[in-house]
Amino acid sequence: MSTSSRQPAGSTEMRRRRDERSRQPDRRQTLYGGSLRTLAIATVVMIGLALGLAFFYAPEEATEGFLQRIFYLHVPLAIVCLAGFVAAGAMAIMHLRTRDPRWDLRSYVAIHMSLIFGIGVLICGSIWAKGSWGHWWVWSEPTLVSFLIIILLYATYQPLRFSIEDPERQARYASVFAITAGAFVPLNFIAVRLSTAYLHPRVLGSSKLPGPMAFTFLISLIAFALLYITLWRFEMTAKHARWQLKALRRKLSGEEIPARRRSAEPELGASSGSSSAPLGEPALTTPMIGRQAP
Amino acid sequence: MSVQAAQRQGAEAPGAQPRHPPRLRAVVLALLRKELLVELRTLESVPGMALFSLSTFVVFHFALNRNSVQGDLAAGILLVTLLFAGMLGINRLFVADEEQGGFDALLLAPVDRSAMLIAKVCALGIYLVVLEIVAVPAFALLLLGSSLANALPDLIGVLALVDLGLAVIGTFVAALAVRTRARDLIGPLIALPLLVPIAIGGSRACSPLLSSGHHGGVGGAPGLRWLLLIGLYDLVFGLIAYAVFDFLLED
Repeated sequence: MSTSSRQPAGSTEMRRRRDERSRQPDRRQTLYGGSLRTLAIATVVMIGLALGLAFFYAPEEATEGFLQRIFYLHVPLAIVCLAGFVAAGAMAIMHLRTRDPRWDLRSYVAIHMSLIFGIGVLICGSIWAKGSWGHWWVWSEPTLVSFLIIILLYATYQPLRFSIEDPERQARYASVFAITAGAFVPLNFIAVRLSTAYLHPRVLGSSKLPGPMAFTFLISLIAFALLYITLWRFEMTAKHARWQLKALRRKLSGEEIPARRRSAEPELGASSGSSSAPLGEPALTTPMIGRQAP
Repeated sequence: MSVQAAQRQGAEAPGAQPRHPPRLRAVVLALLRKELLVELRTLESVPGMALFSLSTFVVFHFALNRNSVQGDLAAGILLVTLLFAGMLGINRLFVADEEQGGFDALLLAPVDRSAMLIAKVCALGIYLVVLEIVAVPAFALLLLGSSLANALPDLIGVLALVDLGLAVIGTFVAALAVRTRARDLIGPLIALPLLVPIAIGGSRACSPLLSSGHHGGVGGAPGLRWLLLIGLYDLVFGLIAYAVFDFLLED
């Protein structure tokens, strides 16, 4: 009883707020990427600094020589990639808790970025392996193998999304997958590490890095984390801009909302916006989607 | 036919409303009974799995060109065969519920949805045990070089843990994949990477049992850490599956 009487009040409240926002067009509101430029500049500076340090400041490693410097690219990239997978799992938990499609989008983009980083890790790891061990791929190497397994698992994320048509269920199942896989990341590392003798350089383990190396490593870790965040926000911005454009175009041409094409991409307007908004004004819901959740 | 038991539960619901909802154990037992009854009447999964494992042994014999295997190789063949035969059962696990309304019946019934997870895990575990009752003796007969008699108690322990992990992860993945369009593809694709730790632990633990120098007892006992690894993995994944399973059954 009480919920049904509260329902219309809630929706008018929402509409009022929406009107308020649409009356004062703010660039940050409409395009989400308000601080993107600052972030991008900071990333470029940090990457430049990290590369400079790696090439000119860090001391030459005694046994491996120049090749060892790939360490400042490979290890931060791997750490950021795995952290991104775990973060995507946390975002998926938020999605299942709040049922807010924005969290699903964040999780989707985070997994997307981490997959790209992960392929980069595999490639530069292979180069390093070829250089120092003489083989492109070493099975006795637990970190390599567990990384490959994780990438293989996450490679099924997009096919899974793609083969579920209903957007709401697609988002829900994808979140369940992201949570499970996010928990699998550390578990898998433990399991594979147990299975073979240690061969991989344990940079963060028992052996202590000398000061300049540790400093360079720290700087490049920060640089790649910034790169990840920048790319993540950039993709979010691009998606929002595209949806906004689509919504505006739809509004201008005055067409009915077209049938959703098959896609692995999360759709924001589909489950939350268009069902509550009247058919004529779906464009008003999309611009606000990019705002950070309160 | 597959949903009769579950529908009976649903049909009882209006009459049972004044009473408190049925206890979890009763629901799990009812669902498990339904699963086993359906399997007994249709014989859809288990005979196929057993037959598949036999043909896989034959294929391994020709592919490896060996008359008998031991140690690591034997453990690997046994584990891979069980894994792939299990995959057949995993693919079929929820199909009847999806096509004939078992999910809807469960959602209509006033019961905890986790009951379905537990019942399916038990059902899949029972299928796997039946599969192994056929496959392990066949393996010993066809391929294994050493005698199985001494190693049997330890092997049963290892396989029990492997079955548990396979059942938990398999049920979870099957529930995730059954409502997708390409379920026969998506299921194994997700399940195999998730099962890698089980495969590692299982094959490492089996390998000393299946080598010729093994005489039972502590000497060639499966490394405790592998058993610990599988057990821990089973436990963690059981908890994860229990936590997120409800979200898979929501509509």
